[in-house]
Amino acid sequence: MLAIRPSQAGRVADAWRVLHDVPDPEVPAISVTELGIVRDVVAHADGLEIVVTPTYSGCPATEVIAQSIVDALEAAGLGPARIAHRRAPAWTTDWITPEGREKLRVYGIAPPGLCGTPAAGAATNVAPIRLIARDVPCPRCGSAQTERLSAFGSTACKALYRCIACREPFEHFKPI
Amino acid sequence: MNIAAPSKSVEPGTVTTESIRLEATPAQAYLLRIGDTCLVHAQRLAEWSGHAPILEEDIALTNLALDLVGQARAVLTHVGAASGFDEDQLAFLRGERDFRNLTLVELPGRRGGRDFADTVLRNLLVAAWLHVLWSRLQASSDTEVAAIAGKAVKESRYHVAHAAEWVVRLGDGSDESTRRMRRAVERLWPYVAEMFEADAIDAQAEAAGLGPGRGALADEWHAIVDPVIADAGLQAPAAGAFRSTGTAGMHSEHLGYILAEMQSLQRSFPGGVW
Repeated sequence: MLAIRPSQAGRVADAWRVLHDVPDPEVPAISVTELGIVRDVVAHADGLEIVVTPTYSGCPATEVIAQSIVDALEAAGLGPARIAHRRAPAWTTDWITPEGREKLRVYGIAPPGLCGTPAAGAATNVAPIRLIARDVPCPRCGSAQTERLSAFGSTACKALYRCIACREPFEHFKPI
Repeated sequence: MNIAAPSKSVEPGTVTTESIRLEATPAQAYLLRIGDTCLVHAQRLAEWSGHAPILEEDIALTNLALDLVGQARAVLTHVGAASGFDEDQLAFLRGERDFRNLTLVELPGRRGGRDFADTVLRNLLVAAWLHVLWSRLQASSDTEVAAIAGKAVKESRYHVAHAAEWVVRLGDGSDESTRRMRRAVERLWPYVAEMFEADAIDAQAEAAGLGPGRGALADEWHAIVDPVIADAGLQAPAAGAFRSTGTAGMHSEHLGYILAEMQSLQRSFPGGVW
């Protein structure tokens, strides 16, 4: 990697601005940076390298996301750009920005609660049967009187809920 | 390592492609057991697409399958990187004896006319095994394996939780659902022993710090599964002498049919992409 020259630092900052407007293809209300999957932008002599971390192992949007990032950067005159996938540390919904959470809520998707960083080796000690979040407020009316209809929704990252107060169904972005 | 290149067929759609042959190292064999278990389990779950008893569960089962395919892809890609094959070649061009999945995951699901109860129970047994495994693999000496596990363990937690809910719902449900869950326990439990019976490949993985031997998984697995089985009012049968051998490449009669379907496109149209 080359040292970042002033012009390259400018390119990196410009790239972050462009990425802030690249929507997630499955949840277009928020951008890839608000989702927290863009981990780094590095300026090389031969172009920009965008470091992206996958959300779920089998997320079918991974390739579309990579393509839309490259397309957006090249359309903004910042190309050539390439994607590098980084698996560790694993993406967590804790990386969704506060702004992204608010946009999710306005869009009608209850944002995930924070899951924190589990201590190493603690994962198996969690009682798995009690994993279901029971305190998901309705994104429309704010009522805490909600119930889960389905652990899985239209995408792997969401569950389906219903508000008992306003009777509207809604999706919940699962904490992971 | 002996690697035979896949044959090139002349007429796409008319020739069946030759299998690749991977002389797996112990480390590769260890990882293929995990990757193949995820892959075959996913293929069985995908059979429920459009056929599950209720829509929500249809979506759930295929979402579980999606996670498992993603995990399998990561593992097979990693194994392939060291052996000259890509993930598709390993998935679609290996012969039956080169698959190393647990026999449990290849047993009939919907296709074999088996009960939904079998799928529900198997989901718990396998999800708990994978969850314990992924948890341990986060400390693997192979950093790529540790990274794959760090992602997968978050997903397997949800898989365990979902399966556990269903086991309790059906096991402690109506007379009919209880009867069916008991029958599923009788049918599937003999295949549990293979999950914990370590062999030389396990011993080498453990010695190299690659991952735990299967024997080391039993206590944590029981800590997850036993309370759920008890909550469901079910009872695990006493251990028997039967041992399944899928992880050694010797499978039940069912795997061949799964592969025939799963591999048919790549066998008929070698290298086909979309």
